[in-house]
Amino acid sequence: MLSVMFRFHVCAGEIFELKAELNSDKKEKKKEAVKKVIASMTVGKDVSALFPDVVNCMQTDNLELKKLVYLYLMNYAKSQPDMAIMAVNTFVKDCEDPNPLIRALAVRTMGCIRVDKITEYLCEPLRKCLKDEDPYVRKTAAVCVAKLHDINAQLVEDQGFLDTLKDLISDSNPMVVANAVAALSEIAESHPNSNLLDLNPQSINKLLTALNECTEWGQIFILDCLANYTPRDDRESQSICERVTPRLSHANSAVVLSAVKVLMKFMEMLPKDLDYYGTLLKKLAPPLVTLLSAEPELQYVALRNINLIVQKRPEILKHEMKVFFVKYNDPIYVKLEKLDIMIRLASQANIAQVLAELKEYATEVDVDFVRKAVRAIGRCAIKVEQSAERCVSTLLDLIQTKVNYVVQEAIVVIKDIFRKYPNKYESVIATLCENLDSLDEPEARAAMIWIVGEYAERIDNADELLESFLEGFHDESTQVQLQLLTAIVKLFLKKPTETQELVQQVLSLATQDSDNPDLRDRGYIYWRLLSTDPVAAKEVVLAEKPLISEETDLIEPTLLEELICHIGTLASVYHKPPSAFVEGSRGVMHKRLPAQGTESPDVGNVAGGSAPEAAPSIIPSQGDLLGDLLNLDLAPPTTTGPPPPTSGMQMGGMDLLGGGLDSLTFLLWYPQVWLPAMKAKGLEISGTFARRAGVIQMELVLTNKAMSVMTDFAIQFNRNSFGLAPAGPLQVLTPLGPNQTIEVSLPLSTVGPVMKMDPLNNLQVAVKNNIDVFYFSCQYPISMLFVEDGKMERQVFLATWKDIPNDNESQFQIQDCHLNSDAASNKLQGSNIFTIAKRTVEGQDMLYMAIKLSNGIWVLAELKMQAGNPNYTVSLGTRRDGEQHY
Amino acid sequence: MIGGLFIYNHKGEVLISRVYRDDIGRNAVDAFRVNVIHARQQVRSPVTNIARTSFFHVKRSNIWLAAVTKQNVNAAMVFEFLYKMCDVMAAYFGKVSEENIKNNFVLIYELLDEILDFGYPQNSETGALKTFITQQGIKGQFQTKEEQSQITSQVTGQIGWRREGIKYRRNELFLDVLESVNLLMSPQGQVLSAHVSGRVVMKSYLSGMPECKFGMNDKIVIDKAGKGGVTDEVGKSDLGGGGSTSGKQSIAIDDCTFNQCVRLSKFDSERSISFIPPDGEYELMRYRTTKDIILPFRVIPLVREVGRTKLEVKVVIKSNFKPSLLAQKIEVRIPTPLNTSGVQVICMKGKAKYKASENAIVWKIKRMAGMKESQISAEIELLPTNDKKKWARPPISMNFEVPFAPSGLKVRYLKVFESKLNYSDHDVVKWVRYIGRSGIYETRC
Repeated sequence: MLSVMFRFHVCAGEIFELKAELNSDKKEKKKEAVKKVIASMTVGKDVSALFPDVVNCMQTDNLELKKLVYLYLMNYAKSQPDMAIMAVNTFVKDCEDPNPLIRALAVRTMGCIRVDKITEYLCEPLRKCLKDEDPYVRKTAAVCVAKLHDINAQLVEDQGFLDTLKDLISDSNPMVVANAVAALSEIAESHPNSNLLDLNPQSINKLLTALNECTEWGQIFILDCLANYTPRDDRESQSICERVTPRLSHANSAVVLSAVKVLMKFMEMLPKDLDYYGTLLKKLAPPLVTLLSAEPELQYVALRNINLIVQKRPEILKHEMKVFFVKYNDPIYVKLEKLDIMIRLASQANIAQVLAELKEYATEVDVDFVRKAVRAIGRCAIKVEQSAERCVSTLLDLIQTKVNYVVQEAIVVIKDIFRKYPNKYESVIATLCENLDSLDEPEARAAMIWIVGEYAERIDNADELLESFLEGFHDESTQVQLQLLTAIVKLFLKKPTETQELVQQVLSLATQDSDNPDLRDRGYIYWRLLSTDPVAAKEVVLAEKPLISEETDLIEPTLLEELICHIGTLASVYHKPPSAFVEGSRGVMHKRLPAQGTESPDVGNVAGGSAPEAAPSIIPSQGDLLGDLLNLDLAPPTTTGPPPPTSGMQMGGMDLLGGGLDSLTFLLWYPQVWLPAMKAKGLEISGTFARRAGVIQMELVLTNKAMSVMTDFAIQFNRNSFGLAPAGPLQVLTPLGPNQTIEVSLPLSTVGPVMKMDPLNNLQVAVKNNIDVFYFSCQYPISMLFVEDGKMERQVFLATWKDIPNDNESQFQIQDCHLNSDAASNKLQGSNIFTIAKRTVEGQDMLYMAIKLSNGIWVLAELKMQAGNPNYTVSLGTRRDGEQHY
Repeated sequence: MIGGLFIYNHKGEVLISRVYRDDIGRNAVDAFRVNVIHARQQVRSPVTNIARTSFFHVKRSNIWLAAVTKQNVNAAMVFEFLYKMCDVMAAYFGKVSEENIKNNFVLIYELLDEILDFGYPQNSETGALKTFITQQGIKGQFQTKEEQSQITSQVTGQIGWRREGIKYRRNELFLDVLESVNLLMSPQGQVLSAHVSGRVVMKSYLSGMPECKFGMNDKIVIDKAGKGGVTDEVGKSDLGGGGSTSGKQSIAIDDCTFNQCVRLSKFDSERSISFIPPDGEYELMRYRTTKDIILPFRVIPLVREVGRTKLEVKVVIKSNFKPSLLAQKIEVRIPTPLNTSGVQVICMKGKAKYKASENAIVWKIKRMAGMKESQISAEIELLPTNDKKKWARPPISMNFEVPFAPSGLKVRYLKVFESKLNYSDHDVVKWVRYIGRSGIYETRC
């Protein structure tokens, strides 16, 4: 067993022996030796020393031996490029072999050898194989183009292979078509604007014909490709849907899911009053239910997708609640997903059944599952008002079981029920109070304290209860401390006479003895309020709270739309956009659903607002800020000549035009380590910023490099130039074990307190966990603050441009950018830098662009490009809308 | 697309490792072993993301198959492929076990090279693969040019699942309707959920390239035929057998899926099932019904807690089908609490035993006719515990086999046409069999 734990080296003796056997005259012995070599290779032993000997065996008429040698070559050619050349001749010869199986084998293997010199020799044989008379060779060659593109994209373009590949879409053999589609789709992902696939009604028709004839896998490739097409109108949409629906009866679940994806997407374009629309909706339900009788792993994929479908179109499965009932033997991952969907489908009509089920689940063994079931009962209460009472009594029953985690979970959800239906179920408080001692989880303690504080006037011994928590104040987690502080202040405001001492005690604990800034701040605020104006304090602290919303866990609509376009894929399993887990630019193209009745497929990501709206001013010292923006970040303060590209923003600017933005991604910078583990008792934080669907995201990767488990993560920002602040708490729900890594994305708002930072885009962050509080600072790309509605009308642009005082203008150059003006403008638009106008003056392309920052400041730019000259000149100017300061 | 495929034994040792994409490094092999196989806890998800690399896995007995990728692949396709991979291996060398994999690793590499190219699944029909990937490996040399092109056209062709030139002296067809009936019943006898998932499995030994047409008592078809006044030769056909249930004429099929040989567009438009069958055994279709299911057995549980250290359990089973039919292999499994110290059982029929290792009383009855009832009663002694947690009371489950289709499905006809060879539908010998088995057949207590 140890042998595989470590990659170890084969001892010299063994190598020597194998060498002798490989050079043996006997064919059988040779073959056995190669088999041994492959066996060693499989378990990770290094047998690269045998390269020449193995390659010598390549010249053989034994197909099995040949395949083994090829397998070896694929593995080691990269480490021995010079030797690998020895194999070229055989490959080229094999590509001419009369046996199509051998020709295909050669071209297939050759594409897997990632050695530049070999790739050159590959071109001619590949060209021939793409036009081979045998479909088996052609289908293999089609995939080979994708392989070659992965090694050397430029070469593939130069050699014209892409055109040949496009021709194969019209091939007579369905499998060749399928592979060509697969290869083209993959290549197209890395060229988002190239329109490689060139989908038009004619080519779509060809694909739909091939769909009926090719293998199950080919059908998947074709359907996935079809999903990227946007029909011109509802009629075309309907006719494609009609031809895709038979696939819903395929035995292969992936074919079914891909067909569902196409239908879900194209349905958007159909008018709702169309008969066909209703028929289609009805047709979708049975196949989705059937997916649940597949193997558990596929059920899991199906359930994750159904979760999305149910959120997008609840009507499809609203009558199918029963099939999502959990079976005793379902794997836990299936159980948890089913539970999620049950809650989503819960309605007045079926709530009785659902509740009976959930109650059943709450007595199961798996702790996670039981907790989720209890929580689900609470969510049902919030979702279906008529059932609230029944839910509450069910929860009370569960509390009576005295199973510790059930009780705690129940208390947490009852708190939410109180927030939805205030002053309705107070009768249960007595039962809750009985269980005070058994609560050991922060969330449950905090919930209980909240309840006591909120209903202090009805609980006779509220002061005693809260006092009992106060004893161990410093050992509590922040969540509980904050809640306790608030609860006691509430109590004081309700029963001022007997609780004066208690409130003093908690205020001094919070303000004087605590290191936590949150707690201190809140303590001081209460203190001030109470001491200056108790009436105001009452109004603030005891104010009527907004009711909590019905569904807090719905996926945000734009993300949902994108995920619907990715049905069946990993993105739909993770419920994350591909950019969140795919490296580089590949596959991070944002997909959207088509809009109903659009005439052209060009529904770009330009948000509506074409006229500039007067931006609301929220920043106090904006004059300074403006100066800073220009001076610090866009050009050095003194010089007028081209500045050296050193400052952070300058790099950002380069990035925007450079390769990093090959696709329309909003991912801006690659992750950097912000907080090394050494400085933070084993917690390593790295991260990046991104703008996704209009929301600024801070992507954090937390790694626990210490020996102990970390819990209770929280995050805070210092005041900063653009008022960035976390829009929600840091979502680290599970404890982070040693050597575990977790990726969290934290949505940011721009309405926090503002303070000028130096450099401007500096952000100071504090992260807290159960061990300590850690501080670090990082810099964010200004471009993430560019908002989506930064498009201006030409006249407004012109007027504004003129209005910009010279002092506010600056110029610099971007060097070595090989893009033409259209490509540049497309790329910049992806980052919310919008081209307002373009003109050509004396061979120079002038682009006029507008950017709107999150705080409402407009930045206008002029981009000068000369054909053939890789250097661009950028002139920037800005003016505050509405106010004239200069 | 799939970046690599690994096969491990239960200890996490690599048996097969095939990398298709450059972005998958050797360390991926170790990452999966350390984070999933060695994690020694229940798998919480079949998809794992480790350091931006996604791992899909399935387990067959104690063998782990893992597919790796760094892209946004079609997840359903990856799992379908992994299952297919298992099927192909099983078709070549039997059970997917460590020993078989080690003994056939060259063959497996050869297969992996063929059915997955650059991570794209290719034709993986065993029928086609077996024509050119053989364990002898040298077949390539002795093929004539015609044979070669026949292979390639089959692998890439429209009918990738059948080769030409098949000949049998006796043309035979075996058709099995295999159903598994699933039930979840409340202690009070209310059906919480019930469905039948059925399969039509065929073994065809037919010459040439026959065109087949399959018909059953699908409600939609029957209704259509009824309206049009077209009378089919129902009942006259020799396939109408197995009739076990009452005079139910047609059944409502919720959904069905078909083998890739079936022309889906034809089913969609005319609801007729026509196909050119693969040779040998294959699954023609799967279907699901939820309406008017015949539940062959009813379980009536009665559990009474007598004090803290004793449980009394009484379970009655009733068979609910024609008295002339016999159910077989009946097994009732009554779970017992973990702190059971002793059990006394009395049953009217069959044998019952308390199995401490499985925490259950297992009651077995060899045969039971329809419309009968039988009963078991047990006294369970419990050890006193201070465990606060209540016993979860898992449901009582049942296994059985009955010689009819609980969904009510009947085969109306299966016609064979082969225009080139001179045999007709009447010359084909056809056999039909109905078997209903219990799926997850549970009654809560």
